[in-house]
Parts: sequence; C-alpha cells; structure tokens
Amino acid sequence: MPYEKILTRNVGVPGSTSLKAYQAAGGYEGARKALAMKPDELVELVKKANLRGRGGAGFPAGVKWSFLPPNRDVTYLCVNADESEPPTFCNRVLMESDPHMLLEGILIAGYATRTTIAYIYMRGEFTEQFHIMQRAVDEAYAAGYFGRNVLGSGYDIECYIHRGAGAYVCGEETGLIESLEGKRGWPRIKPPFPAVEGLFRKPTVVNNVETLACLPHILTRGVDWWLALGPKGSHGTKMYCVSGPVKRPGCYEAPLGISTRELIYGPDFGGGMRDGMKVKACSPGGLSMGFLRGDLFPKNPSADKLDLAQDYDELDCKLDFDDTRRYGLLGLGTAAAVVVGEDTDIRDVLVNVARFYAHESCGQCTQCREGTGWMYKIAQRIRAGAGRRYDLDLLAEITTNMGMMPGLSICGLPDGAAWPIRTLVQRFRREFERHIDAQAPGAVEQAIRRVNPAAYELPIVQGRAVAPERGSMSYEHEWSNAAGT
Amino acid sequence: MSWQAVDRTRVPEEQLGPGLSEAVKEKIRAFFSRYPTKQAAVLPALHIAQDALGYVSLRAMKELAELLEIPPSKVMDVVTFYTHFWTHPKGRKTLLLCRSISCELLGAGKLKDAIRQRLGIGEHETTPDGEYSFMTEECLAACDHAPCLMVNEKMHKCVRPEDLERILADADNDRLDIPRSDLFDAP
Ligand SMILES: Cc1cc2nc3c(=O)[nH]c(=O)nc-3n(C[C@H](O)[C@H](O)[C@H](O)COP(=O)(O)O)c2cc1C
Ligand code: SF4
Ligand code: FES
Repeated sequence: MPYEKILTRNVGVPGSTSLKAYQAAGGYEGARKALAMKPDELVELVKKANLRGRGGAGFPAGVKWSFLPPNRDVTYLCVNADESEPPTFCNRVLMESDPHMLLEGILIAGYATRTTIAYIYMRGEFTEQFHIMQRAVDEAYAAGYFGRNVLGSGYDIECYIHRGAGAYVCGEETGLIESLEGKRGWPRIKPPFPAVEGLFRKPTVVNNVETLACLPHILTRGVDWWLALGPKGSHGTKMYCVSGPVKRPGCYEAPLGISTRELIYGPDFGGGMRDGMKVKACSPGGLSMGFLRGDLFPKNPSADKLDLAQDYDELDCKLDFDDTRRYGLLGLGTAAAVVVGEDTDIRDVLVNVARFYAHESCGQCTQCREGTGWMYKIAQRIRAGAGRRYDLDLLAEITTNMGMMPGLSICGLPDGAAWPIRTLVQRFRREFERHIDAQAPGAVEQAIRRVNPAAYELPIVQGRAVAPERGSMSYEHEWSNAAGT
Repeated sequence: MSWQAVDRTRVPEEQLGPGLSEAVKEKIRAFFSRYPTKQAAVLPALHIAQDALGYVSLRAMKELAELLEIPPSKVMDVVTFYTHFWTHPKGRKTLLLCRSISCELLGAGKLKDAIRQRLGIGEHETTPDGEYSFMTEECLAACDHAPCLMVNEKMHKCVRPEDLERILADADNDRLDIPRSDLFDAP
C-alpha cells in the first residue's frame, strides 16, 4: 500500500524549490497559525504531538524546548544539517526538494523557543544544497518570513547558513556548537546542556532538519492526525533511506513502524535485491545502530519468539523507536538502511565500519580514540588472513568498554562505533570463525614477522615485545621482570 | 607521503605562500555581522580563503588571525581539524571519492584504483599539470547514487570505472548548472 507523501511530496518535482510553488501549495500557513499562538502554547502542542527527534537520539522536541530557562534575552536555534552518518541522505533530499518546508519549520520552532538567531549548520560537501537553501533563505527574507517583525507579529528572527568543512563529530550537538563558535568541533562535557548554556554560552536548541520539517504539517493538520500515524510511542511520518545493492536505492516516506523487509523488498521502497541476490546483513538505522542478519539465514520457526542467539533471519524488525531496541540495536537512529548482499565478505564490512569510526573519532577521550583505532587494526588483521579466534572476543570486549553507556566518553560516537562492530561480531561470528579456521597454519606468525620480526626473538612483557635499550629508564625494570617470569 | 617537520616560528618570509587580497578580506568582513564574536567567522573565512588561493597558506592563516583578532595558532587549529582544508597547494579541480559503506559495496574501491591508475596520483596528491587533485572522504550523503564522485562542487552519480574517461574528458565536469549564491566562490 503506498503511503501518503508528506515530507517528500516534492521530491523530483521540477520548480518545487521556489517560494511561489511552496506558497501555492499552502506554504507558510502553519507558520501563520503558530505566530497567532503564544510561544508556550506552541511548546505544549509539540509536546502533545510527541514529536521525537529525527537526528538519532529520538528525544521529544517539545520536551527539549521546555528545558530552556524561563528568563532569557538571547536564544539560538541550531539546525543540524551536518548529515554525515553513513548511509543517511534524507536531510539532503529534503533540502534539495523543499527548502521552504525547512525554513517554515525553523520559523515555527524559532517562535516557540523565542529564538533570536537561527543557524543552519550544513556540512561542507553539500554544495548544490547550499545554493538551493541560500536562495530559499533570500526569498523568505524578501517575503518577510525572516528579519524584523515577521508577518506583523512583532517577532524578530535572523537565519543564516553556516557551512561546515567535513567532520562527523560536528553533527553531535555540542561539537556543532563548538564548530559554530569557530573552534575545532570537539564535543563538550554535559552538563551544562545546550538548553542552558550552549552556543556563545547562551541557551541553545539543536534540532535536526527533518524534525523541524515536520512542524508545519503538525500545525496545519493537527495533533490528532499526527498521533494517528505510526505505532504507540513513535508517531508521525519518517523519511527512510535505503542504499546498497537494491533495485531502487533512495529515500522513501512512510509512517514509523514499517519492517526492514518491507523497506528492502517493498515495491514502493527498495524494490528487492539486484540479480536476485539474498540479503546477508542489513543495518537498518544508519551505521551506528548495528546490523541485523538478512534472509540468507533461515526463518525463525517460532515466529513470535525472538531468538537472537540463533542464526535466524531478522528482517522483521520494525523500524520505530522501540522495536529496534528489542532486536539489540542501539535505536532507530536515522532510519537509513544499508543492505549487504550475499556476495560480500563480512570482513570487508567490518573493516569499512571500523575505519569510519577510527577516522572520525575526535580524539578527546582515550577509550574512543584508542578503542576505535584498535578495532580498525584488528579488523584489518582479520581481513589480511592473520586473525585469531580470540580477536573476536577482543573486539567484543573493546565494544563493551567504550562509550557513554558505561559513562566513559564525552559524546556518543563510541557507542555508535561499538554497536555495529559488536552486532557484526555477534551475529556473524560463525562466518568470521570459518575464515579464521581456513587460514594457512602459521599465517599469524608469518604476518607478524613481516611487520615486526623482533616479536618472536624478544621477550614478551604484558603481551608486548620488549626491545630493551641499555641505559633507558625502563630497561632495568622490564628486562628483569621478563627474565624473572 | 611522508611527514615533514616545519618549524613554524622561523618560516622564511618567502615560504609563507600567497596572502589574501583586499577584496577577499572584504568578503570575509561581510560575515562578521552574522555572529556575536569574530572568531565564529573562521569557517566561512577559511572557505573563502581556500576558494581564492586554492589552499590555506601559512600567510593566509596569519592574515586571517589578524582579521579575526585571534592567535594564528587558533586558526591553524581549525584548519587542521577539518578535512576540507588543504595546507599545501591543490590542483584546479579536486576529485573527492566516497569511501563509506554503500559506495564501497557498489564498487568505489575499483573506481579508486581506476582513478589512481589513470591520473598516476595517490590521495592528497596533485597531477604534474596542476589540473587534478585526489582525495577520499567518508559518506557524502548521496548513498542512493553510490558510488559517487565529486569534482569540486559537482556531484557525479553512480560512477563506474568505465565512466571515468568521459568525466575527465568533459571540461565542464565541475560546473553546477543551478543559480549560485555568490557568498562563496567555486573552489
Ligand atoms: C557522533 C554523533 C554524530 C551525530 N551526527 C548527527 C548528524 O549528522 N545529524 C543530526 O541531525 N544529528 C546528529 N547527531 C545527533 C545530535 O547530537 C542531536 O541528537 C540531534 O541533532 C538532535 O536533534 P533532534 O532532537 O531533532 O533529533 C549526532 C550525534 C552523535 C553522537
Ligand atoms: S567520545 Fe570520541 S568523538 Fe566523542 S568527544 Fe570523546 S573522543 Fe571525541
Ligand atoms: S556511502 Fe558513499 S555517499 Fe554515503
């Protein structure tokens, strides 16, 4: 059944980016309605709609706005358009096809939070999208939707586009704030939360592009309409992305709660796999949320009982905020699925995933910087044919010892790094082990000798080859220890 | 490429590279009114400087620091954090290849080999005629068109290795055919 297109109604429609076209379709009606209300009423309305953030964390937008301190002169709104989570591209599609929908959302959210300046933080690689958005901003200013005394309501708001320059952590809300202040995008320790002390040390709201684009529709069509979409706790419509070797990669809209299988095989969505391939793995919520097994594996015979310990097909996972957790994923994330076909070596996937996080970790927190680096090295070792069975346990151990969940890091990047790697190792362990068992005998030793011939000639202290240098500080200590044991 | 140690406290005047023209500085000053601090304009300023010079030279960093009233080390701090900025000269056009998962699943690796073979350069290197530089980057948020290759501002979609010749032969392979904002120049 095709679902109604709300956010994606203008995808592929020529001329849809102009203000005239947007207004002809009833554009800025929601903003007019909002400006007639009191800001606090508007916050209550969004709270009632239970609009959960589309940026990854799923935090209700209305609740976030209500954390702002009551007495404030300056409030900033940062629009998170730094879409860098592979393989997510729904914000790009939205800005390309309907820039004014985002601007109207900004105006509504800005009025509700009494924002003085809104910054759209757009990643540097969005070039075409920057020009489209900038033109839309210029048009909106000229029509009086931004600037002083918006539509005669006495409310003033400025809106600027700020271009990033290529860094995944700048998508994290405090990293984004630091980057906007003209520093390196190093996330800040929370608390204080941005709502209290954010951009330029003033109360700040950070929201995702898609979250804001939902606002005009909630206002024009009402909260009840919104609450009727999707399952309980995950209301509304969502832009799903699907990419990889499917027939129709792209961005498709549906209410929250469709299944991963529908996203891959549905004729209105991915349209099935190329060349009749089967799905080996699928990461349904963006890379950071973890991987599911595909239909290459047999179906679970007791369909109503979930058994993650067995190698069963898991594509029935529903894409909403709760069911994804039931399947051991980190959450819904950005609802961007990447499909791995049966012809792909799972070791290549592991290396690619580990490389991404090793490259993007900003380096402030030890377990994140070192953990992601080591996982990349271990993944490369396994792919190079020098893996050991306990490397898999080592990976599992590293993933449980990094991130915000154990409380070790400043931002959520290491959680996002741990989840895909842990789920890959858990769910494809038997395949990894097959590869490791098929290695030639002595492969590990040969590989290590190639890299570090000393490793087998020198004593090993605490798992490390020691190359003593006479007179060095550690010489006496380490050498005597090694000799003693 | 190997590391080169540079003592930046004693770089001879002639090795500082090109500086910013008054027109470029004026363009940067136009961004000041957008932010409560001048430092916040550093990212737009660096974009504009790189558009004008092709890269961010040491002299440009110094001049930006003066313009934004921050120490030069802070400008360098920012320049080296973001992958978009080059600290050595780059070619007229930059080939930016996505290396993340969707693109790699659909053959970005083969495309990378083809580019390196065809142009004879590795990552962060420039062809001898100064036309092309090459780098890879994580997901460019165009995974539905994987594998994707950007030439300056223009995104080429679903590029297979055999398409490379055609793209390189086209002199306008970096032109965006949409109305452009003049806040930033094409690099
Ligand atoms: C490492 C990391 C990267 C993130 N990248 C993005 C991003 O690219 N886009 C985004 O909207 N949110 C991103 N987020 C989530 C933001 O921190 C934040 O939760 C979100 O912008 C809040 O908006 P929302 O409430 O509208 O979802 C990222 C978070 C982390 C930890
Ligand atoms: S957790 Fe990682 S990415 Fe986040 S601040 Fe720490 S080092 Fe940086
Ligand atoms: S994975 Fe290449 S653009 Fe996203």
